[in-house]
Amino acid sequence: MTVREAGPGDAVNGVRPRWVALPETVGEIAAVLRAGAEQDLAVVPTGGGTKLHWGPPPERCDVLLDLCCMNEILEHAAGDLVVRAQAGVTMDALAGMLAAKGQELALDVPFTEGTTVGGTLAASLPGPRSFRYGTARDLLIGITVVLPDGTIACSGGKVVKNVAGYDLGKLFTGSYGTLGVIAEATFRLHPLPADRRWVVAELDRAEVAPVAARLAASQAEPSAVEVDWPDPGGPLTLAALVEGTAAEARAGALRELIGGGSPTTEQPSWWGLIERDEVLVELRFLPKDTAAVLDAVAGTGLALRGSAVSGRVLLEARGALTEDELAAAVARLRERARAHVLAAPYDGLDRWGRVSGLPLMRRVKERFDPGRRMSPGRFVGGI
Amino acid sequence: MDTLVAALRSLLPADSVITDPVRLRTYECDGLTYHRATPGVVVLPGTAEQVAQVVRLCNEHGVPFVARGSGTGLSGGALPREDGVLIVTSKMRAILEIDLDDRRAVVEPGVTNLAITEAVRDRGYYYAPDPSSQQVCSIGGNVAENSGGAHCLKYGFTVNHVEACEIVTPDGDLVTLDRMDPGYDLLGAFIGSEGTLGIATKITVRLCRAPEAVTTVLAAFESIEQGGQAVSAIIGAGIVPAAIEMMDALAIEAAEAAVACSYPAGAGAVLIVELDGPAAEVERQFAQLREICANAFELRVAADPAERAAIWKGRKSAFAAVGRISPAYIVQDGVVPRTSLPAVLAAIDRLSAEHDIRVANVFHAGDGNLHPLVLFDDAEPGAGERAEVVSGAILDLCIEHGGSITGEHGVGVDKSRYMPKMFSEDDLDTMQLVRCAFDPQGLANPGKVFPTPRLCGEVPGVRKGVHPLVESGKAEQF
Ligand SMILES: Cc1cc2nc3c(=O)[nH]c(=O)nc-3n(C[C@H](O)[C@H](O)[C@H](O)COP(=O)(O)OP(=O)(O)OC[C@H]3O[C@@H](n4cnc5c(N)ncnc54)[C@H](O)[C@@H]3O)c2cc1C
Ligand SMILES: Cc1cc2nc3c(=O)[nH]c(=O)nc-3n(C[C@H](O)[C@H](O)[C@H](O)COP(=O)(O)OP(=O)(O)OC[C@H]3O[C@@H](n4cnc5c(N)ncnc54)[C@H](O)[C@@H]3O)c2cc1C
Repeated sequence: MTVREAGPGDAVNGVRPRWVALPETVGEIAAVLRAGAEQDLAVVPTGGGTKLHWGPPPERCDVLLDLCCMNEILEHAAGDLVVRAQAGVTMDALAGMLAAKGQELALDVPFTEGTTVGGTLAASLPGPRSFRYGTARDLLIGITVVLPDGTIACSGGKVVKNVAGYDLGKLFTGSYGTLGVIAEATFRLHPLPADRRWVVAELDRAEVAPVAARLAASQAEPSAVEVDWPDPGGPLTLAALVEGTAAEARAGALRELIGGGSPTTEQPSWWGLIERDEVLVELRFLPKDTAAVLDAVAGTGLALRGSAVSGRVLLEARGALTEDELAAAVARLRERARAHVLAAPYDGLDRWGRVSGLPLMRRVKERFDPGRRMSPGRFVGGI
Repeated sequence: MDTLVAALRSLLPADSVITDPVRLRTYECDGLTYHRATPGVVVLPGTAEQVAQVVRLCNEHGVPFVARGSGTGLSGGALPREDGVLIVTSKMRAILEIDLDDRRAVVEPGVTNLAITEAVRDRGYYYAPDPSSQQVCSIGGNVAENSGGAHCLKYGFTVNHVEACEIVTPDGDLVTLDRMDPGYDLLGAFIGSEGTLGIATKITVRLCRAPEAVTTVLAAFESIEQGGQAVSAIIGAGIVPAAIEMMDALAIEAAEAAVACSYPAGAGAVLIVELDGPAAEVERQFAQLREICANAFELRVAADPAERAAIWKGRKSAFAAVGRISPAYIVQDGVVPRTSLPAVLAAIDRLSAEHDIRVANVFHAGDGNLHPLVLFDDAEPGAGERAEVVSGAILDLCIEHGGSITGEHGVGVDKSRYMPKMFSEDDLDTMQLVRCAFDPQGLANPGKVFPTPRLCGEVPGVRKGVHPLVESGKAEQF
């Protein structure tokens, strides 16, 4: 295992660690965390580092635990549609290996450069096709984690159907590195669809909600329905995806439901992509509130991309936005939707809004990380 | 207990607190009848607030409580405590809200699984997870067990279809766990926790649009190996059917004796494959399926819902049906990776011969979820013990092949002793951290899922003998 002194490039949202450790085995992760426990060092795990600036800066950070050396795909049981990989495997490498066998992990991780299995789980943002396949937590069937005291623990396994014991995988998915380190993960896979078609249409803002409702209820079963609204005020693009051997015929059905649009085998260039994330806000809402949410977004000047059928979109700031402007926009959006500020270079914001189970979450954090050494302060309620 | 009962009586209407010994006996077991205990007291709250108040009283008195839905569980999860309160949800059966625009329904925990589908079926929707017990089992029980059904190969389990739960925590707080809220996925951790992390009092489920087309096929093969090969070929062809179910000759014989399902005579195995989705998609997959099943000696295709029901009839009645061919039986529930099915089935055959115990195999072949029915004559001395040995050895086989000791029936009291075979002590201790966060007093369904876990607050390490706190009566080990 390599341990080196940290440089300015290793800062976690502005906080510079003292060391960077690069473990190569689960045992080495445990060794680092045990040493950290003995000396009360704060640890922040990282995979590709593509979103270390998300969330508030850590209260303290002594060790950046870089999982990039844990990059082995441990087992691919093609006949069982299951893969087990180390946390540092990049989503790109995983997708490439699986595609060669005609399979995929049905998570869209668009800005693939460097993104890792562990980081994807720890952040757990749903992509376009989560409408049909669910999010990372739904596809994860087994996990190996290392607790802040160095304990190595597994839950789940490598079969899809398994209800023995508590599902630690669910707990660690979306925990932003605050409970421990994800070391290995096992996922259920899907066969690569035989064909894919997108139907892309330009719509007026008012048309989106009714079109989305028709598509969501459609027996043509779209895998995803995404909207792209780069300049709220301007035109809006909607794209719906169907996958399968009869994708072409089903794309025809989607066109009718949308009332126009052109079918294509090309993924739209903006599909599931975020271009700038210095400021990034996630909205979650019930699909029936779609029209009201679009109205609320129109006034903020933020660009919108996301699912018109799942009630989850991301807003990015294309231009400069002051802290006050952002706070005002978020307050306005919270009248219509749950709004979470995933990234912003400001300290004074209420990033998460209402969190109903917060006292229970704090108790979970206290049990797993009583010394507050794992990414302290980086998650809901200052967890 | 007496002061607690008095307090419960002042809290709830008279008919909602049961202490009459005869009536208590009706609650002494769930679907697994060989574990029995008479509950100290049974309460039937009508609202979430009442559940919370009951739980708070239990906390004040340091008395354990167990939730019970319809009592169909097959692992003794709802087995009462003689020194505890059994909280039954059968008065909480309202469907509170149906919102088809958002494809969700909000229901009370005692609502049966099938009632949800029945409420929306004529509008073209349904609730996907469909345990065979769906007519009676409660949605609260489904949440607790993370129940599945024949169709979870494609559609997933309860946890994939629940959007939010209001729960009463073990210390009596009413908390909503909602996938819309940021933070830890406590909802995911709660689902499948078998009533050890609190009681679900309101559940928001996702509704699915009924598929445009459904094609149900029954394929009869000479041998179980041929059936198994067909399953692999279907998956290998990139088809994800809604269900792939398999029955062996003995299971077919039982089903035939019970419901005269007239499956093809002389079959060593039958496979039921259900394809659903957009009509054009189903049509193409069916053409592929026909080719894959070329060596089946008979292939039946259901042309309408009645024929579909006829195909499913034998499979759905298989558990009850074995009663016709055997005086007693154990239903086992284990999982193996699908590709290990042939090896595991052969090994089960050997176990069966070795111990002179018949085993009928009925299983969710697509997920590798086995439900071997271990048959024995309880009048024959020693037969029950031999059956237990075979049943246990099947679980060992599942673990050996990288599978699980339960795919859908849960651990309960029945399998807690197998947990250390599947998980290390560190794994189990880590799961206890979750338990201790939710339930520091250890009052929620103690004694289930985990074999004698540590006390909350106890530092992990080697343990010997009785814990001093337990010995002094200051704490209880759960
Ligand atoms: C703008 C943007 C949009 C995105 N949209 C989507 C999307 O649509 N769909 C989708 O699936 N994903 C999406 N993602 C997530 C994307 O896949 C992330 O880049 C990825 O999740 C982060 O991977 P990483 O390896 O770079 O993690 P890092 O940036 O290194 O870490 C991310 C977080 O996870 C923690 N972490 C990292 N590794 C571990 C570990 N092994 N154990 C515990 N904690 C760990 C870190 O401490 C940090 O809090 C988006 C990301 C960005 C930046
Ligand atoms: C013939 C038959 C067929 C079956 N087929 C299947 C099948 O195909 N798939 C499958 O998965 N299961 C199956 N089961 C098992 C059983 O039906 C399921 O486990 C079901 O979910 C139990 O629901 P219940 O309401 O009967 O729960 P109960 O038996 O009353 O309780 C089960 C567990 O849930 C807890 N619990 C109950 N209500 C709540 C609540 N509101 N909050 C928290 N915890 C609660 C209890 O404490 C207990 O631990 C079958 C059972 C039978 C008898």
